Order: sequence, then structure tokens, then C-alpha cells
Amino acid sequence: MANQRRLGNLSEPIIEGLIRLCGISAILFVIGIFFFVFREGSGFLFSKLNLKEFLTSIEWYPDSPSNKRYGVLALMAGTASVTVLAMMIAVPFGLGAAIFISEFCSRRARETFKIVIELLAAIPSVVWGFIGLTVMNPIIIDLFKAPIGLNVLNGGIILALMSVPIIVSIGEDALKAVPDSYREASLALGATRWQMIYRVLLPAAKNGLLAAALLGVGRGIGETIAVLMATGHAVQIPHSILDPVRTLTATIAAELGETPVRSDHYQVLFIIGILLFSITFVVNLVADLVVKGIRGK
Amino acid sequence: MPNSTKKIEISNLTVKYGQVAAIKGISFDIYKNEIIGIIGPAQSGKSTLLKVINRTIEFVPGVAVGGTVKIDGEDTQKVKSVHELRRKIGMVFPLPVGLPLSIYDNVAFAPRMAGTRNKAQLDELVERCLRQAALWDEVKDRLDSLGTKLSGGQQQRLTIARALSHEPEILCLDEFSIAVDPVTTMRIEDVLKELRFQVTIILVTNLVQQARRLANRTAFLFNGDLIEIDRTDVIFSENPTDKRTYDYVNGIFG
Repeated sequence: MANQRRLGNLSEPIIEGLIRLCGISAILFVIGIFFFVFREGSGFLFSKLNLKEFLTSIEWYPDSPSNKRYGVLALMAGTASVTVLAMMIAVPFGLGAAIFISEFCSRRARETFKIVIELLAAIPSVVWGFIGLTVMNPIIIDLFKAPIGLNVLNGGIILALMSVPIIVSIGEDALKAVPDSYREASLALGATRWQMIYRVLLPAAKNGLLAAALLGVGRGIGETIAVLMATGHAVQIPHSILDPVRTLTATIAAELGETPVRSDHYQVLFIIGILLFSITFVVNLVADLVVKGIRGK
Repeated sequence: MPNSTKKIEISNLTVKYGQVAAIKGISFDIYKNEIIGIIGPAQSGKSTLLKVINRTIEFVPGVAVGGTVKIDGEDTQKVKSVHELRRKIGMVFPLPVGLPLSIYDNVAFAPRMAGTRNKAQLDELVERCLRQAALWDEVKDRLDSLGTKLSGGQQQRLTIARALSHEPEILCLDEFSIAVDPVTTMRIEDVLKELRFQVTIILVTNLVQQARRLANRTAFLFNGDLIEIDRTDVIFSENPTDKRTYDYVNGIFG
């Protein structure tokens, strides 16, 4: 009896310690990753890199034997164009699907949809890239008479298809979290179903829906392999959605294996990593502030 | 005194949730401008009855409704627009449901749904409803703050203001005083006594004394059956028709 109680007294601080360890380690890992990426890139970042040229030049010639130039503006434009296009497709479709599944479906249809969508989320990104390469490519060439089907449009659609499941499942959770009493009350007041959704559900779930959309954006900026395969890999600022581009992530993935460790080129790729880190950090920060702003109102 | 025009005619109403019968074939009429009290222990079908009247019962999965409910002689199952029907009926739920909107928007919700856009008209209406629900003085300086931030009792009065906002012909109150303090309950009861000249009020209540104070007639539901409906003074007298009614209102069972 006394033994048991001692064990009970002991288990409490042990569990508490374990949970604390989990929490702290998550922070440590993030700091560790940032530290490592920063260390690999810092030598070049503080000595030879012309930061202005890095951010404003479109000339990316890391392998030129005579005049190496490291300008990532075109790569940033590539990432931005593909992500923006993908979000323009994925956010309305994803939120629409979330509303449909949560408000208009019968229970059985809802379960089926959720399984299908979870399946969609589980498709590896290399498979999506493959679809872009072999399925979308000829379709785009046919449809738009484009010289090449690997371009912003292709990458954007593939990325949209990859983000939609995330947006749908998180968006649906957000809508489900709205108490049924809100639905009942607004319908009892004579609102039609659409008025109820528009006036009551969407305002009540806006934090969750915003989070869903921003997670989709995060996915878009960070996705590598699929866009590497689908966007055509040409370093240039796109002038239409039928131009091929290359993204920041794709550049790292394609070139890191080919560069000698600690060479200038290698270090610049890590600086691109730092840049990606900063972009995601800013996106998350903005999301946080927006959500807080909404809550504070 | 209420007049003898029939406002709601309920005949042979049955409601089943799956295999479970919640209402087992009840029939009675509700007259225009009366307050009808509906009493009975838990699970006797009181709230279900209200949901049938405004047809929100349809959102319960696996529900089957039989019999007819007529409002102003018109079968509620056959009305052209169910939204029009619901706008005739104000509904107050047991626990306050402040919609996540400002106080003003909460009250202006139903009129806007029905198409009122005129700002002055809405202002006037919001003030009148909030006054009727005895809430105006407490919130008049902060109509823009969230309705969900009010206290429980204030939210319930907000719900009542909202239920009045579309000028319903019928006001259903489902145990409105659960979340309200006794003083506020009394104030709302006074409001209801005023309102009876304009609307028909269905008062579902667990507090039998509340029915006694307010209702012209009282119906006693038990296990989905209508045991007795009569003038309130008869129900609460020494000899109502059914022994169970006497036992219930005197707290001998239930």
C-alpha cells in the first residue's frame, strides 16, 4: 500500500518531466535546424555575397567558369507565381468543398468524401510530380498550343491539387467546431441555409478557415519535388502562366547534390534555405497576427 | 382574455426518433393571443413539440413526423416557403444562443434575412426589441460589442429580443428561465404578460408555478402523451380531471 502510493507520487513528476521534455525538444529541433542551415551559409553570406545583387538580380549562373552570378529574383518570382496560382485555385475550391461536406452532405456521403480526401492527402509528392510530367504536360500543350506543358500553370494546378486536401480537412474541422445551436438558432429565425452559412457559420469559423488557407500557402511555398518536375526548370521571371519557371526549393533540390561541399555555390544554396526560412516565418507571423486581430475584435 | 380563433391546430401528432417515440399521437388547439403553458417532466416531448411547430425538427437525422400541424388553418408541411413559416415564429431556447455577432447584428439578423435594409428602420426595431426584452438600458452604449460576451442572463434576454425582432405571430419559449436569475425572470414574465395582446405565446416550462403565474391554459404532457389540457386554474385546482396531473403539479412525482 505504502509502496504503491510512493510509486503514484513518483509517476506524477516523471510524466510532467517527459511532457516538458517533448515541448522543449520541439523548440530545440527548430533552433537546431536553423542554426545548421545558417552555419553552412554564413561564411559566404558575410564575406563575398552581394546581398543587393542576390535579391534583385535575375542572373543565376552559379556554374559559370568565368563570371559566377548568384541572383535569386527569378527563383523567387517562380515560387511566388506558382504559389499564388495554386492558392487562387485551391482556396476557393478547398473552402467550398469544406462547406459542402460539412453542411450539405448526408452522413454517409460525408464519410466517403473524407476517406477519399485523406487518401488524396497521402499521395507522395513525387507521384504528383509524375502526374504533372506525364498527364498534365500533353494536356496543356494540346489545350493552349503551348510549346511546352511544364510551366507555371502545370505546377500551380499540381500544387493546388496537393493543397486542397489540407484545406478541406482543416476547414471542415473548423466548421464542425461551430456549435449546432448556432445553426438551429439562425434557421429558427427564418434564415435560409445559405444565409445561415454566409452570415453565421463563416464568421464563427473564420479563424480556422484562415488557418486552413495559410497552411495551404505554407505547403505551396515549401513543396519541392512536385514543382521541380512540373514547372519546367527555366530560370526566368514568367510573363504568362504558360512560361516555365524554377522555384527556390527546386533549385536547392536540383543543385545541392552536384556542388562540392563548402564551395561558394553550396553555401549560396544554404542562403536560399535561410531565405525560405524567413519567408515561411513571415507568413506564419502574419497569419498569427491576423488571427489575433480577428480574435481581439 | 384570449379570443377563440384557432391559431395552431395540432391533430394526431406523432414523432419518432428512430425507434423511440417522443410524441405518441396528441391533438389540441392553441388559440390566438393566449399564453399556453406546457408542463411535464423530462422526456415528455415538450421541446420536440416546439421543434415540430417551426419545423426545425427536420434537421434531426432519422426523425419521422406523423399527423398534422396547422397554423392559421394552413398545414405546416405544405407551406410554400418554410423560411416564411419560421419567420412567423419566434423561438427561445433553454440555453442562450448568442450568435457570434454584435448585439445589434444579433437583433437585426432576422429582419435582414427577411430583406429589411433601411438603417433607420433597423435602428428603431433593435431598440424596441431590446426594450421589450428588458435589456436596452444595460447594452445601449455598447451595441457593437459581441453578443457572446454578455452574461448568461443578458444573453438570454438578447435571445428573446431576437425572437421578437421579426415580429412573430407566435412566440415559443423553451424553459427560458434556466439560465436567468429570478429577478430577471420576473421582468421577462412581465414582458410576456404585455406581449400576449400581440402574439400567441407557447411557454414550455419546468417550473409549474411559472405556468400558473402566466398561462391562460396549461397542457400536461407525460411520456409523449397529452394527459390533460384545461384552464390553468383547473389544472392547478384540487381536482383536475386526471390524478397524475394533480400529482405532478403538487410535486408528488416527476
